[in-house]
Amino acid sequence: MAGVSSPSWSAPRYKPRREGMGRLLERDNPVRRMDWILVLAALALSGIGSLLVWSATRSRVEINHGDPQYFLVRHLVNLAIGVGLCGAVVALGHHRLRTAVPFIYGLSILGVLAVLSPLGSTVNGAHSWIVLGGGFSMQPSEFCKISIVLICATILSARVDAGEMQRPNARSILQALGLAAVPMGIVLMMPDLGSTMVMVVIILGVLLASGASARWLGGLTLLGALGATAIVQLHVLKQYQIARFAAFADPSLDPAGVGYNTAQARIAIGSGGLMGKGLFHGTQTTGQFVPEQQTDFVFTVAGEELGFVGGMVIIGLLGVILWRACRIAREATDLYSTVLAAGVVTWFAFQGFENIGMTLGIMPVAGIPLPFVSYGGSSMFAIWIGIGLLQSVKMQRSMAG
Amino acid sequence: MGNIPETGRTRRITGRLLVLQVLVLSLLGTLGGRLWYLQIRDGASYVQQASSNHIRTVVVPAVRGEILDANGVPLATNTTKLVVSVSRTSLIGQKDGGVAVLTRLGQVLGMTYEQMHDKVRLCDAKTPAPCWNGSPYQPIPVTQTATTQQAMQIMERQEDFPGVTATPAAVRTYPAPDKANAAQILGYLSPVTQDEITAATDANGKSSLSPSDQVGRAGLEYQYDKFLRGANGTSNLEVDNLGRVIGTAGGNAAVPGDSVVTSIDARVQAIAEQQLQQALITLRGTYDTVTHENFKADSGAVVVMDVHTGKIIAMASAPTYDPNIWSGGISAKDYAALNSTSSDYPMLNRAIQGQSAPGSTFKVVSTTGALNAGYNFDSTFPCTSSMTIGGRVFKNFEGENFGAINLSKALEVSCDTVFYNIAYQQWLSDGGTKPKNPKDWLYKTAHQFGLGAVTGIDLPGEVKGRVPDRQWHIDYYDAMKDTWCKQAKTESDPYLKAIATEDCADFATLRAGDEVNYAIGQGDTLVTPIQMARIYAALANGGTLFQPQLAKAIVSPGGKQVQTVQPVVQGHLPDSPSMINYIDQATANVITSGTAAWKFQGWPQDKIQLHAKTGTAEVVGKQTTSWFDTYTKDYAIVMTISQGGTGSGGSGPAVRNIYNALYGIQANNTIDPSKAIHPPAVGNLPGFHADGTVTTPVAYTVPALTQATPADHQAPLLAALDIAALAPERRTDGWQA
Repeated sequence: MAGVSSPSWSAPRYKPRREGMGRLLERDNPVRRMDWILVLAALALSGIGSLLVWSATRSRVEINHGDPQYFLVRHLVNLAIGVGLCGAVVALGHHRLRTAVPFIYGLSILGVLAVLSPLGSTVNGAHSWIVLGGGFSMQPSEFCKISIVLICATILSARVDAGEMQRPNARSILQALGLAAVPMGIVLMMPDLGSTMVMVVIILGVLLASGASARWLGGLTLLGALGATAIVQLHVLKQYQIARFAAFADPSLDPAGVGYNTAQARIAIGSGGLMGKGLFHGTQTTGQFVPEQQTDFVFTVAGEELGFVGGMVIIGLLGVILWRACRIAREATDLYSTVLAAGVVTWFAFQGFENIGMTLGIMPVAGIPLPFVSYGGSSMFAIWIGIGLLQSVKMQRSMAG
Repeated sequence: MGNIPETGRTRRITGRLLVLQVLVLSLLGTLGGRLWYLQIRDGASYVQQASSNHIRTVVVPAVRGEILDANGVPLATNTTKLVVSVSRTSLIGQKDGGVAVLTRLGQVLGMTYEQMHDKVRLCDAKTPAPCWNGSPYQPIPVTQTATTQQAMQIMERQEDFPGVTATPAAVRTYPAPDKANAAQILGYLSPVTQDEITAATDANGKSSLSPSDQVGRAGLEYQYDKFLRGANGTSNLEVDNLGRVIGTAGGNAAVPGDSVVTSIDARVQAIAEQQLQQALITLRGTYDTVTHENFKADSGAVVVMDVHTGKIIAMASAPTYDPNIWSGGISAKDYAALNSTSSDYPMLNRAIQGQSAPGSTFKVVSTTGALNAGYNFDSTFPCTSSMTIGGRVFKNFEGENFGAINLSKALEVSCDTVFYNIAYQQWLSDGGTKPKNPKDWLYKTAHQFGLGAVTGIDLPGEVKGRVPDRQWHIDYYDAMKDTWCKQAKTESDPYLKAIATEDCADFATLRAGDEVNYAIGQGDTLVTPIQMARIYAALANGGTLFQPQLAKAIVSPGGKQVQTVQPVVQGHLPDSPSMINYIDQATANVITSGTAAWKFQGWPQDKIQLHAKTGTAEVVGKQTTSWFDTYTKDYAIVMTISQGGTGSGGSGPAVRNIYNALYGIQANNTIDPSKAIHPPAVGNLPGFHADGTVTTPVAYTVPALTQATPADHQAPLLAALDIAALAPERRTDGWQA
């Protein structure tokens, strides 16, 4: 970060809020302008996540290759890479990134197309992975979320930021929707329903923040509902996906199949009580009763072993991140930055709500990870790139004045 | 890029961002609320679900108590077998899925890897045997007959055999000390049924039986099952989602079952079994002059009872079988053999489940009845060769005529006509075919002697026999009337047709012929050997009827608590002391000069006074049933053999040999007290040690048997006398289960 230099950064508009922290740094060092609360909350959440992933995989000999720390180490490595990517994004700056949006967009389309090609492979019924060999694999749909945020923010804000109009017109909205629909459609064909859901909500959030007229928002929501009905009716979804949707509210509908996941998740969390059973002491976790516990169901580890207090800490940290992110969006000086930040907020918020909600039995089961906490490189990288975008917006705002 | 106008910061956008922020925070609030709902409000129920999810309770079977003889020698015990078990959990955790371990184990046990693999695979619909049908988190036994050396090889090199254990396990066994197998007394075990588990479920939904339990099915194993069984323990295993054991979470220890000390003396039991078997074999080589073929001697029973307590010292039933075939699960072949007519049902305990007409051994009942009815000791009756009652001729066998004799002599020589006479007189005085306040002395006496009712011995399945009194005639007529009346019309055999016609007309009334036959233990009378043993034991002890008992005490493991089973007085014979003396004298004479004298030549009657009554009961379509009921001042021995000829001829030598062993009587009829077997007294229990072992108070050697008296083909006249002539037996009751 220190290597980044720009003449426009030399005139800080505000006094540094924290003298103690700034004293170690140059007055004009961009690090001082970063939102440290956001970074620390994200790091804390990732730290808790690594403990939970560790606890969930310690005894899973069939996947941890006999090494109890296998997933812990990898999770931490992913985190380090994620933080590095975050730094790179900050160094690059989101405005400079705008010029690369067509390239990023094209790359993400290629990524998801590669999944549909023979390169892709199926994990847990979702054909959304590319196995890279050597134990590495990636999920291009995670990066696709970023490119959708970027492309929408760019198109919706272009003419507004240019001062040509007060808010995005129908043409730019349709343009943005059209461009976002391409990767979304591909992801839906994988089929990766969870990611598609997240993308739909991101688009709605981006449109909301862009100031698009309420008729567009209402109309699109209606369209989405009709589309979802049509998808079910036309059997686009696999049977297991519909079953998941039916069983989240009532696991007894299918106790041996889909309902098993939700029932076991609920038992794990419910049995945690106020203080939890203690890290590494959850019987549901040690006994591996919850499937996919280190990824999609990682919150059950927190619920069982850290209890209500631990669960609230995670929700609270997520709240801190989203509160800081909303603040960054509000304080952004141009529409591009605002929409970009709002897109990331929507992304994190919905993904967090859907993930925790499904373990608590109030949302249907969909294979999407809990930001910062779930094990998974692609997700971790994408999330920290999102943090990088937020930080960039924060610092650009300071610079822009 | 630096000069971006602040057009994005419209109030509209700010409002929209506030909406977004409120939405986001309310979503998080929802999560928090839901989390509180699950963890705090409903937490308790999920805690319970989680524990039932991951705790599997494994039954730790209780060691079953022993059944001991009076000296503490085990008749039923548990042997320790080395069971080698393999833990699937451990195999799954190994890199090669346990192939190497199973291969090594196979080499030690002399099996191939494939054999080992098949034994530890789990059963399902498609898997052929062998496979493991039990719980996948319990160690799977691969062999129950490991040698100590094999077990040592495994346990000493645990690093080569992860997950493999060699542990001793208890298996029920019947050691048959001195070949006293006592199969029908001991009974057997077999696995519980689901219905029994359900029936044993208490209000809390917990059953005292678990599916892996064995329960007693017959004999003492059944009778004292709840004492012998003990209480199973539990071991709580923590398991994961696949049922693999990942830890233990306490449990409670099994409580071993109590032992039952019986009054059986294994030495006497062995001799009784041997003598019964010998008698059957001897008879099968003996020619029956009545049926002109060898005796079939298909089955028999013998009871040795302590006359002062009613305790059973020995009880044998033939045919018999080896109860060890039940251990570890009976094979289908063995089971079929046990329940086939060709094996003649060896599981039946014919001492309590076999009933037949008692023949002349019943005459002690008739004599008592006659004395109570008003006849004197000196009353004389003509012992004619035959007697005509109601137009039918009732004969003494081979028409013997002893002239006018008293009851004592009638017992001694077993004169039927004397009892016909008494029965007929009684029948007439009770009103004949038109009874008026009948006294029914002979029937009343039989009930007072405990016939027609179970003795209450501590064994299951006892039958009660039958006293064919007036009420029975009414009841049986109601049940059989239609059959007889139909038979009366259709029967082609003139003899059977006549009987059916007669029964159809007036069976409900007690006819003269019925009571006459009854008086000599024929007709419709049925008794069990245990009933007769109790009667003759009562004659020996001065008239007290004791409940026959096998158990002497219930002893907790290590002998800490002893619950003795006290003798139970059930009643008294309706005999005055002088009447008992009178009968005693007559039954003693049976040995010296009566029907049994030919088999008891040289018996030291002056030292050991033996009393006996012979019986030779007729059964339609079969050879006669041999009964020999005896007593001394110490023991009563009753033996019966189906299709065994006369009482003394069929059973006499065997009974004599049992007495010889009990009293130490040598081949030359001298008494060697040092060779006598003294079954321990009631209160004399074997010594128990804290470790569960038992002290045997006496040196344990079975005395050599004296030579059985050779079977005499030329039966003397007296022995033949007690065959009730021409008894109109109409139902082939014989042995009944």
